[in-house]
Amino acid sequence: MMGPDLDGLGSSTVRENYGTIHASFEKMGAEEIRLRADSLASSYLEQGVTFGVAGEERPFPLDIVPRLIEAADWEHVERGVRQRVLALEAFLADAYGPGELFADGIVPRATVMTSPHFHRVVAGLEPANGVRVHVAGVDLIRDGNGDFRVLEDNVRVPSGVSYVMTNRRALSAALPEVFADHRIRPVSQYSQQLLAALRKAAPAGVSDPTVVVLTPGVYNSAYFEHTLLARTMGVELVEGRDLVCRSGRVMMRTTNGLEPVDVIYRRIDDDFLDPVQFRADSALGVPGIVNAARAGHVTIANAVGNGVADDKLLYTYVPDLIRYYLSEEPILRNVDTWRMGEPEQREEVLDRLDELVLKPVDGSGGKGIVIGPAASREELDELRAKILLDPRAWIAQPVISLSTVPTLVEDGVRPRHVDLRPFAVHDGDDVFVLPGGLTRVALPEGELIVNSSRGGGSKDTWVLASPTDPEDEGEGAPAASRVAGTPQSAGPAIDGDPTDLQVQVQEQQQQQSGSEAPLRSAPQPPGVTSC
Amino acid sequence: MLSRIAQSLFWIGRYLERADDTARILDVQMQVLIEDPGMDERTSCEQLLSVMGVEEYVGNPNRWMILDLLAHNADSPVSIAAAIGAARESARRARETLSTDIWAAINTTWRGLPTARAMRSPDMFAWVRNRTAMISGIADSTMTRDEGWQFYMLGRSIERVDMTARLLSTAALASGPQVAWPTTLRACGAYESFIRAYRGIEADRQAAEFLLLDRWFPRSIVSSLAQAEKALTKLERSGQRTGFSDEAQRLLGRARTELEYRPLTEIVFDLPVEMERLQRSCAAASDAVTARYFAEYEEHTWRGGVVL
Repeated sequence: MMGPDLDGLGSSTVRENYGTIHASFEKMGAEEIRLRADSLASSYLEQGVTFGVAGEERPFPLDIVPRLIEAADWEHVERGVRQRVLALEAFLADAYGPGELFADGIVPRATVMTSPHFHRVVAGLEPANGVRVHVAGVDLIRDGNGDFRVLEDNVRVPSGVSYVMTNRRALSAALPEVFADHRIRPVSQYSQQLLAALRKAAPAGVSDPTVVVLTPGVYNSAYFEHTLLARTMGVELVEGRDLVCRSGRVMMRTTNGLEPVDVIYRRIDDDFLDPVQFRADSALGVPGIVNAARAGHVTIANAVGNGVADDKLLYTYVPDLIRYYLSEEPILRNVDTWRMGEPEQREEVLDRLDELVLKPVDGSGGKGIVIGPAASREELDELRAKILLDPRAWIAQPVISLSTVPTLVEDGVRPRHVDLRPFAVHDGDDVFVLPGGLTRVALPEGELIVNSSRGGGSKDTWVLASPTDPEDEGEGAPAASRVAGTPQSAGPAIDGDPTDLQVQVQEQQQQQSGSEAPLRSAPQPPGVTSC
Repeated sequence: MLSRIAQSLFWIGRYLERADDTARILDVQMQVLIEDPGMDERTSCEQLLSVMGVEEYVGNPNRWMILDLLAHNADSPVSIAAAIGAARESARRARETLSTDIWAAINTTWRGLPTARAMRSPDMFAWVRNRTAMISGIADSTMTRDEGWQFYMLGRSIERVDMTARLLSTAALASGPQVAWPTTLRACGAYESFIRAYRGIEADRQAAEFLLLDRWFPRSIVSSLAQAEKALTKLERSGQRTGFSDEAQRLLGRARTELEYRPLTEIVFDLPVEMERLQRSCAAASDAVTARYFAEYEEHTWRGGVVL
């Protein structure tokens, strides 16, 4: 075949909303598209748009075909994300405060207290404007019915938003004519939204707060992002050694001596943040910073201790939390999940281990995940033993179809699997959800892991501006949740090609320091759904 | 401004200037080796290594060894490759304070190194001069004249004094001055200016005078010292310190006046020794800047500096 063909966007399979893109690509021709894709890649190298893997900088691949999300779909996601963030805020305030949810039997006290991310040291600490989740990244997938489902919440240090911004600039330069054919909602306001939220979180009485971004340093995989955020907010990017605590205040070392800092947007994990409170061997943190926060002299964003909300066991309770705190039905459904700590659910799962995905509750970046259909008999036996030994440490989920979108690869435009991480900023009054978010795409054929360290790439995600009348919003209230109880319905059928499953073991993308919510997605078998 | 960032900018200035000037020095040396048949390659290369502060090496110095140690080998701390790598690393640490243009220019230079190292030597030297000039140009037109700029200029100027001193020593040590001085002037891009300033009279003494003392020529030692002093004065003003007690300013001011108020014959009588003294002043001034502004951040050391 001459050059790349455009089957993925071809007339037989082209999705309605990709029609304009398809037409533009056809007009451009395969050769021209390749040229533009190449210049896109080299511009990323020159600008140093990279992520770190094992201390090495790699360019972050950006696919030239954008992903489209219709206004109505987005409106649904936006409301769902906002609802989730508000519920998690209420949960954190309650868990570190009065603990009413335990008294009311919504979540067992032990579930929260036994989480390694629960930090008693911040119990009773009231954030200046009540916000603990200043920034959230909620990982979503689309299932076999095309419904968005929540895969996990990241309310500690979610990363990836910098690629949303750089992807947009790069793609608008690469495809100006395609861009002009659509009405796309902008993403450039993110930094200003974040800065405004951080300023509003300043300790009481500080009228013109000094905000800084705290990074572990140049060897962190998300260092590029840290620099971009600091640069676009116009604030200092500091390392732990630039800060020092003096009489309960945090100061930074400048050429004019020590200057006070009021708000710290930290991109360092709790464990490394303060050697006085957590890991004593941390060279990245600032001794005394947690005490300064307790004394109300500095705001740490996101708040220390948020990790309990990222615990995968807690995730299974989020729909209940939404009903409990907000008196609303969840707008975005969880992926159906069984808790191994509950005997009947465990029984059922142990019978079907070879069909399900088993995840450790405190693993991040896919660490320790076992894909039933891809596992050998021995692996399953080993897994069974582990579950019986420590049931609380595991959850099970069905294997879910992951949607695909057209993507330019070696032999042309082909469907590839994607997920989506929208970003939300909470300023205390409102939750702003950046239109779009980061779409990660698995570039190798059949590959289901969109992890960047496994050859995953990203896509510019276009949220189309709303037409005059918004779509019907009835879908926002799904049927009664099956998540909290036993998931009778396993959701979409397990329809993947089992041969694809062998590549599904997730690679842990641990950061050199701290566990920034890694750029990853859950392993899911293919299922071609419209997106 | 954060001390760490100030320090990064200071070193970006130093490393880029260093890459540029090392290319200039090597260009002179290679030209002289080719054009002067009476030249003893080994002695001349030994002298160059000594001037550049390389004390330890294996084997007999020759032009290939010089090229490896001073240009290509990224593991050799005095090489052009190492200087560009270090500039890029410093830039990465100060990424959020640099304009995107200047970062991209430094990053692209670093990425172009493997290609440049495969070029013929004169082409590689020209490439280094062009790339560093381009970065300077972008810095000049995109960087705000705040403290960061002053630190960048300070680093660049101190380095230029130090390296020009080395360049003059190299020229003075070469056996055939009738080749060395014009080549040195050319390496500094100063030949035409020099000819115009001295109305066609070409003499070693005048060439040395021009590169040492000319107040109008931007690469001369006196100009560069004045530039460094200017940056320090601006920093002092914004620093709101009392009195006039800046050690670096004192050191550089003294070095400049010693050149300006002494008879030229006295300076050129033993140029290499004079130049070493000058380098020592630069090292001391750099230490003084570090102690005063960068406190507690001393992970950068001037490994290629003259060994005292």
